[in-house]
Amino acid sequence: MADIAAPAYRIFPIIPALKPGAMENVRSFVANEKIQTAIGFPGQLVEDWHDKAIAKMGELLGKYRSLRVFMDACVHCGACSDKCHYFIGTQDPKNMPVARQDLMRSVYRRYFTLPGKMFPALVGARDLTKEVLDEWYTYFWQCSECRRCSVFCPYGIDTAEITMAAREILDTVGYGQKYSNEIIGKVHRIGNNLGLPGPALADTLEGLEEDVKDATGVDVRFPLDVKGAEVLLITPSADFFAEPHIDSLIGYAKVFHATGTSWTLSSMSSEAGNFGMFIGNYDQLRAIAMRIRTAALELGVKRIVIGECGHAWRVAYSFLNTLTGVGDGADANDRFAQMLQKQLDHRYKQPSHICEFTWDMIQDERLSFDKEKNDKHIITFHDSCNVARGSRMGNYAGGQFEIPRNIIRAVANNFVEMNPATTREKTFCCGGGGGLLTDDLLELRVKGALPRMEVLQNVVDEHSVNFMATICAICKAQFTKIMPIYGYDRRMVGGVHQLVSNAILLGDK
Amino acid sequence: MSNIEVGGRSYETDEEGYLTDLGEWNPEVADYIAKTESITMSDQHWEVVNFLREYFEEYQIAPAVRVLTKAIGKKLGADKGNSEYLYGLFPYGPGKQACKIAGLPKPTGCV
Repeated sequence: MADIAAPAYRIFPIIPALKPGAMENVRSFVANEKIQTAIGFPGQLVEDWHDKAIAKMGELLGKYRSLRVFMDACVHCGACSDKCHYFIGTQDPKNMPVARQDLMRSVYRRYFTLPGKMFPALVGARDLTKEVLDEWYTYFWQCSECRRCSVFCPYGIDTAEITMAAREILDTVGYGQKYSNEIIGKVHRIGNNLGLPGPALADTLEGLEEDVKDATGVDVRFPLDVKGAEVLLITPSADFFAEPHIDSLIGYAKVFHATGTSWTLSSMSSEAGNFGMFIGNYDQLRAIAMRIRTAALELGVKRIVIGECGHAWRVAYSFLNTLTGVGDGADANDRFAQMLQKQLDHRYKQPSHICEFTWDMIQDERLSFDKEKNDKHIITFHDSCNVARGSRMGNYAGGQFEIPRNIIRAVANNFVEMNPATTREKTFCCGGGGGLLTDDLLELRVKGALPRMEVLQNVVDEHSVNFMATICAICKAQFTKIMPIYGYDRRMVGGVHQLVSNAILLGDK
Repeated sequence: MSNIEVGGRSYETDEEGYLTDLGEWNPEVADYIAKTESITMSDQHWEVVNFLREYFEEYQIAPAVRVLTKAIGKKLGADKGNSEYLYGLFPYGPGKQACKIAGLPKPTGCV
């Protein structure tokens, strides 16, 4: 692996000096023919890519009115320019959100507006050349679709939606990204992003039962494919595999145990994540989401609960209803969606986030904690972008910010906030979201983490913070990898339910 | 796709240096890949690599880090059954780096 150094912290966190072209050679690996064709995309760049790309763009502009509004509305005010972690960390002006959008906007003007068709040079309109297409690939795969810039846009332009449209167009002409598309293929083939087959999952869960028994003396179960269970837990497959993710899985199991909730995991639907959203492809998004519905129907569960995964919760909270019929909004003619509607228990939110589940149980006084077990930690909380800006929890505005913090305060004594300009809806991306959590983009990931690391350093210096909790598998994996490069211990990051797991009392209560 | 040459034979790898055909793996290739990762294979490294291959044989995937640490702990003593020991052997992460040397596919997803 190449040696990648962390950029120096800024003395004044202001707009950095520009370094044009700084990231033009950092390109995520392109998907090969096998990966592409496995999920129905052309194996390589098609010969008539120009016409196909423009046709696809026209289709998307017609289908998504929002995209056309975003193309037209920008006045280049610059409010977004210094809000992107990748721009701050890389100093490449094309990583300014406005400049990234303009890669597509310039092409839009050329082919879809009258002035652009007639006087392209006057209105900044560009032909879609191979160089432009390559530029799209490079820079639309340097956006994590975190939508922080959108918070500051006076017109509310959703930059992530533009990135998604660009990636969708690229896939259509056979120019896909290896990391995301390989993972999507694995979900269809095996059931999860990791490629973890059922027997391996069963073996891992058995091992966890032994571990928890050894550590606590209590028989905490990790049930798999149990028909008739009340709760189906859908969690990122990283929770079965990676550190520190697995500690949160243990936390969920302890919560279910302590509250006497019957629950199950599914070997068929063993993934919460949905990379179909990252590539902006509705069919993939839906096909992946459908696995959850199939598992829920087969197992006959009453509730669907989603584990600690940021974009999974956005998909679940915002889209599962119309995609699959979980929650309200099922198509009247969709027989299976209607069946699921009847099956689920509507006294509860469908789906629920594991943090909502745990917080409800804490409020109902069905869980007890020994908070001192977490006294070795001085904790801060990193809001994950898709939870913060793409979803909600509980039944009030801002519940997605309050509920995870409430849980931390209920299970631990030492909690401090980071700079409020970088938390809640203004949170910075970890630097690895949106399909960029891959080794070939490590340089981007390290640089993109700079703004988060700067404010973390502040609370480390002022309050001796030694644990950053988060509720996203990508955040956990990204921070575990890049924090040592910034001089931190990789174990400094972990899940909210890892803290729950440390402190929970497993008894009769 | 690219190729590596070991002992006069050519092996196909992906962009990141993982073997494309798991069946082609042999100890010489492992030694070679380890060198490209700045690792000199010791008996301790081989213990891990051999376990990974056995596990893969049975389950068609690399073991979770926790499963690996437990197995190593059982085999080599509790003091070695922790991720610090494994990170000591494979600094880039026991999951990915050890898999690469063992000729297994790279774990994907949010790991």
